Amino acid sequence: MSIEQILGLCTGLAFGFLLQKGRVLRYDKQVNAMLFKDMTIFKFMLSAIIVGMFGILALNDLKLIQLSHKAMNMGGILVGGALFGAGWAVMGFCPGTSVGAVGEGRWHALFGVVGMVVGAGIYAELYPTFKTTVLSWGDFGKIGLPGALGINHWIVALIFTAITLLLFRWFEKKGL
Amino acid sequence: MSAQLNKAQRDGWSPYLAGALVGLLAILSVYLTTTLMGKSNYLGASTTFVRAAGLVFQNLDAAHVAQNAYYAKEKVKIDWQFLMVIGIFFGALLSSVTDKSFKLEGVPPVWQQRFGPSVIKRAIFAFLGGIVAMIGARLADGCPSGHGLSGMMQLSVSSFVAMAMFFGFGALVAHFMYTRGA
Repeated sequence: MSIEQILGLCTGLAFGFLLQKGRVLRYDKQVNAMLFKDMTIFKFMLSAIIVGMFGILALNDLKLIQLSHKAMNMGGILVGGALFGAGWAVMGFCPGTSVGAVGEGRWHALFGVVGMVVGAGIYAELYPTFKTTVLSWGDFGKIGLPGALGINHWIVALIFTAITLLLFRWFEKKGL
Repeated sequence: MSAQLNKAQRDGWSPYLAGALVGLLAILSVYLTTTLMGKSNYLGASTTFVRAAGLVFQNLDAAHVAQNAYYAKEKVKIDWQFLMVIGIFFGALLSSVTDKSFKLEGVPPVWQQRFGPSVIKRAIFAFLGGIVAMIGARLADGCPSGHGLSGMMQLSVSSFVAMAMFFGFGALVAHFMYTRGA
């Protein structure tokens, strides 16, 4: 195994361990979030985002890492986002959690995993068509929120953190 | 004491704590991949399914996969992210076996309550949902890991919009499935 693969495996082991400890690998947690009954996955995701954001912005300021924005392709993000959301609700797992769910014994997630491999194969076949249709509807490029708004990234980060903390308080108040 | 232990086994860790630790893991991981591999890698999962599809379909028609523009773009290889996804499986296995929350389950409880105990019915929907979700994730160029976690951490415009679409349409379809006629 290469150093790249060993690093990937170790990162995944820790990631899977923490996803399982947060109990976010469950079908019930994911679907109940979409039904606004249990916000566990949002508590988990937003906590990760807030902590990760400060570290990544700092490392980027120090030029120790590079940011890697994904392109704001209108068709891809809007149509793809809608399709993903619909499939996510039916399958009850996202790509990362499906694999972890199988790891904690929820073997029905395996059908979702197989479906996603087939879906990736279908996408590869349809790629030339998507490229000239949905993906050609307008591309704003690899942009960040601070640049788009013209506001310093630390201020955006603080505003985002404040909104998240208010959201957390509301979740706890409502017992979600 | 044993009641407390059972509760800990059932509930795991606080999602705030486990999530915050994933944030630290994300920082460490970006730093280490940059230092050791020369390229900043962010947590993500869905590209691995393209590579897995390439590896599977290579067995059926190697020439076809070699000619496909999308496999050429994403490169069919067992890379950092591929091993990370495999690691998620073993990490979840390790965590659930050691805290005794590992459980073989063929139909999730919420699904069973609404759609019955049929494993085949659940399997068909999970399979079809998986196909639709992955086509969507590839169009959007990311999933709740790549966009939801990694993209939002970097304050990417595309990721905020993508995550809103993921959850918005997820909520719409989930409400249609679970509250219609109930």
